[in-house]
Amino acid sequence: MKSGIQDLQVGYFPGCSLQGSSRDFAESLHLVAKALSIELCEVPEWNCCGASSGHMIDHLVSMALPINVLLKAQKAGLDRVMAPCASCYNRLATARHEIAHSPASKAQVEKVLQTTIGKLPRVLNVLELLAEVADRIGPKVTKKFEQTVACYYGCLLVRPAKVTGFDRTEEPVEMDKLVAAVGGKTIDWNFKTECCGASFSVSRTAVVGRLGAKIMNDAVGKKAEAIVVACPMCHSNLDLRRGEINQRLDVKTDIPVLFITQVIGLALGLSEKELGLGRHFVPVAFPAKPVAAATVS
Amino acid sequence: MSRVGVFICHCGENIAGTVDVAAVAKAALDMPGVVHAIEYKYMCSDPGQTMLKDAIRDKRLDGVVVAACSPRMHEPTFRRTAEEGGINPYQCEMANLREHCSWVHEKGEPTTAKAVDLVRIQVEKVKRNHPLKPIRVPITKKALVLGGGIAGIQAALDIANTGSPVLLVEKSPSIGGHMSQLSETFPTLDCSQCILTPRMVEVARHPLITLYTYSELEKLEGFIGNFKATIRKKARKIDEKLCNGCGVCQQKCPVKKIPDQFNEGLSNRAAIYVPFPQAVPNKPVIDLENCTFFKSGKCKACEKLCPTKAIRFDQEDQIEVHDVGAVVLATGYKTMPVSNFSEYGYGKYKDVIDGMKFERLASASGPTGGAIKRPSDGKTPETIVFIACAGSRDRLKGVPYCSKICCMYTAKHAMLYQHKVHGGKATIFYMDIRAAGKNYDEFVRRAVEEDGVKYVRGRVSRVYEDGGQLVVKGVDTLLGAEQVEIRADMVVLATAVQAQDGAEELAQTLHVSYDPYKFFAEAHPKLRPVETNTAGIFLAGACQAPRDIPETVAQASGAAVKVAGLFSQPELTREPIIAVVDRQPPPVFSHCVGCFLCKSACPYQAIEEEPIKNRNGDVLKVVAKVNPGLCQGCGTCVSTCRTKAIDLQGFSNEQVFAELMSI
Repeated sequence: MKSGIQDLQVGYFPGCSLQGSSRDFAESLHLVAKALSIELCEVPEWNCCGASSGHMIDHLVSMALPINVLLKAQKAGLDRVMAPCASCYNRLATARHEIAHSPASKAQVEKVLQTTIGKLPRVLNVLELLAEVADRIGPKVTKKFEQTVACYYGCLLVRPAKVTGFDRTEEPVEMDKLVAAVGGKTIDWNFKTECCGASFSVSRTAVVGRLGAKIMNDAVGKKAEAIVVACPMCHSNLDLRRGEINQRLDVKTDIPVLFITQVIGLALGLSEKELGLGRHFVPVAFPAKPVAAATVS
Repeated sequence: MSRVGVFICHCGENIAGTVDVAAVAKAALDMPGVVHAIEYKYMCSDPGQTMLKDAIRDKRLDGVVVAACSPRMHEPTFRRTAEEGGINPYQCEMANLREHCSWVHEKGEPTTAKAVDLVRIQVEKVKRNHPLKPIRVPITKKALVLGGGIAGIQAALDIANTGSPVLLVEKSPSIGGHMSQLSETFPTLDCSQCILTPRMVEVARHPLITLYTYSELEKLEGFIGNFKATIRKKARKIDEKLCNGCGVCQQKCPVKKIPDQFNEGLSNRAAIYVPFPQAVPNKPVIDLENCTFFKSGKCKACEKLCPTKAIRFDQEDQIEVHDVGAVVLATGYKTMPVSNFSEYGYGKYKDVIDGMKFERLASASGPTGGAIKRPSDGKTPETIVFIACAGSRDRLKGVPYCSKICCMYTAKHAMLYQHKVHGGKATIFYMDIRAAGKNYDEFVRRAVEEDGVKYVRGRVSRVYEDGGQLVVKGVDTLLGAEQVEIRADMVVLATAVQAQDGAEELAQTLHVSYDPYKFFAEAHPKLRPVETNTAGIFLAGACQAPRDIPETVAQASGAAVKVAGLFSQPELTREPIIAVVDRQPPPVFSHCVGCFLCKSACPYQAIEEEPIKNRNGDVLKVVAKVNPGLCQGCGTCVSTCRTKAIDLQGFSNEQVFAELMSI
């Protein structure tokens, strides 16, 4: 099997964000997946993961909703489910973890879902999936992504560590590695995993503005030309709420916020339009580089 | 025909309240071989013991069953009584009517019936007992102490002062251990070096202590009283007899940029060095990894300039083998590397240091002469933050246990800082303050009330650099769970105490058990805290668990007393409950076929190979032999033996089967 890359099949749970506020994430993900021979098998008849409001209101609901999704995935024969939205990922992984470790919770969920829970599919985030196929990315790069960026992970991809078991909790590096693989430079900064305000984006924009300002301040201060994220909430809060953020910054900033899939897509030479770059509030533009070298044919 | 006596104890109400003791005595009289059965309120009391002795004499008993409490409680008592009565002490057995019966069952017929069964079992056993003699083993009255920190120093001095010679083995070039690095010590703030160095000198001058620095234990064979220790003396590359410690070599060595371990990398040393000025012995050692001569074959500056011509580039490691009777493990601890706490920025920011580095900064013998200066630019920090529990009580990323010493030394650090930097602001982030110890809580209160140290109860989530300062982000969980941000000039992490590197390998070499965190395990957490499960090997200090200096010294003295107690006996006596290989004469007819399955099964390396020779000296057969000094009587070999050639004295197959058949 030396020649040709085998198709990798993986379950796919889009969640609501990727159909609404983060369509660009979905578009770029699908394009990049296709380019890297990953087949995303959407979980049939999936339901809401219960993020933000579900687990604030009712613990049982917050367990039952994601477990129902995983049951459907299992029924469809999927042994792994990738949830690109960090909130979805966190809800699915947390519920799966609790069911595996608490027989009482398991029994409760089994009761409300009127089923018995067997071995549930493993839950992946987008960085985990991309890291798995990292060796496929390099050879396909046609246009190096030669920007200096701040990789912003937010809180949900890595925490709590006992649930996610992904990367280094306080100092994650997986996204930095992916950016490096497509020719980008990443800065060493302090707000990689700080809170962006998440769903306060809707209800308390001032909070988001304050938290976002700290994040942007550090990234810009360390000469980042863009922020790279892997979470719809992070993206919204730093992109959509840039106005609120800029009100709290001494020097306003217009550096763009990109999804990791968009960064990889650009490096693979995919169309900017199809990658959804036009959907951002802060226009995707990079400072002109004093490029001397001729383009590689 | 046996003449067995049964003595049933009421244990006050403990047994008699549940078991019908009179019925048991009556039933016992009907058992074959029993000629005498009585019950009494307290068999262990003086009248009870007298009854037993008298009965042995009057009824001419050859076996005794005492039906009372657990043999762990009173077997030695009754065996002694039986001996005084005139029979072999191993002809006395105990039936446990208390823990195994009355305490765990309701009052009633079945309980009494079980008590009768328990008595019958022991009667069947005792009828098959053979007189046994305690095993006598000689003792080499010389101790080996591993580790030259305060624990090892104290243990060595205490043992030597009882008159027994001691070999003190330390792997680094000087004794002194971590304590020699400390500045002041809690709770009295007396200078660590001032109280330690006299002890170090005492060790060096003691006529009964032989010091092996820059040496390691390679192998330990044998058993209690009779160990054989193989010690590797690593080559210092100098002739210790000629060297007078003048220090010219250190000054003239051209390689000078090697991080000084003693100063925790805060200063540099040469490739030939004495770890610190007060080192014992005050003799240098050549660091082979950094010495120009050993790297490139050129230089030899030290050899040319040494006034006593003591440099020996061709010196080799030396191996010495010594007989010792006891071993004290005092190998100490290390502090946890904080590489998995990247959020605190240790290693990334020069001014984030650990507690040991702060000790060096605060120490009069340290690189700054005791002035608190930050490593990055030598500036005096105006604001300093201490983070307690950096790794301790952190199940996810650190260790689950409390490191015990950090609350106290962090209070001490903050106090020293306030004393040295007037107007400075010290803040401590903590989880709980654990200051249990004589004058300990008072010490912490003094830090708070007299020296104005600010304690914030909460964890720190991140430390990062911003504009030349360190921003410490944390939470104050007491005052309204507020988030706290402190701009500090320096951050000190109280890193967790961990077992020394190589502790696991050492434990395996010595056959000493250890806990999941590689701390050596004591024989009993309360009642045998300085002994290990391996007879003759004792524990002192932080190799067993995190310990502070007072506890370490107390434990070291405790271990020394155990060694002295062992050495005070002319020879060792041990319970004869050991395995024996059938050697009925003539030896050729031994059941043992020499398969040595027992040898691989024995957890104590007690099985030896013994050739059986004829008169011409030809080997006829090689059979197993049990070393009575090593055998712990576990019986594993007995169950492994294919030809039933091994039996356990006192618990022979015949006895155990008879017990089972009697039920």
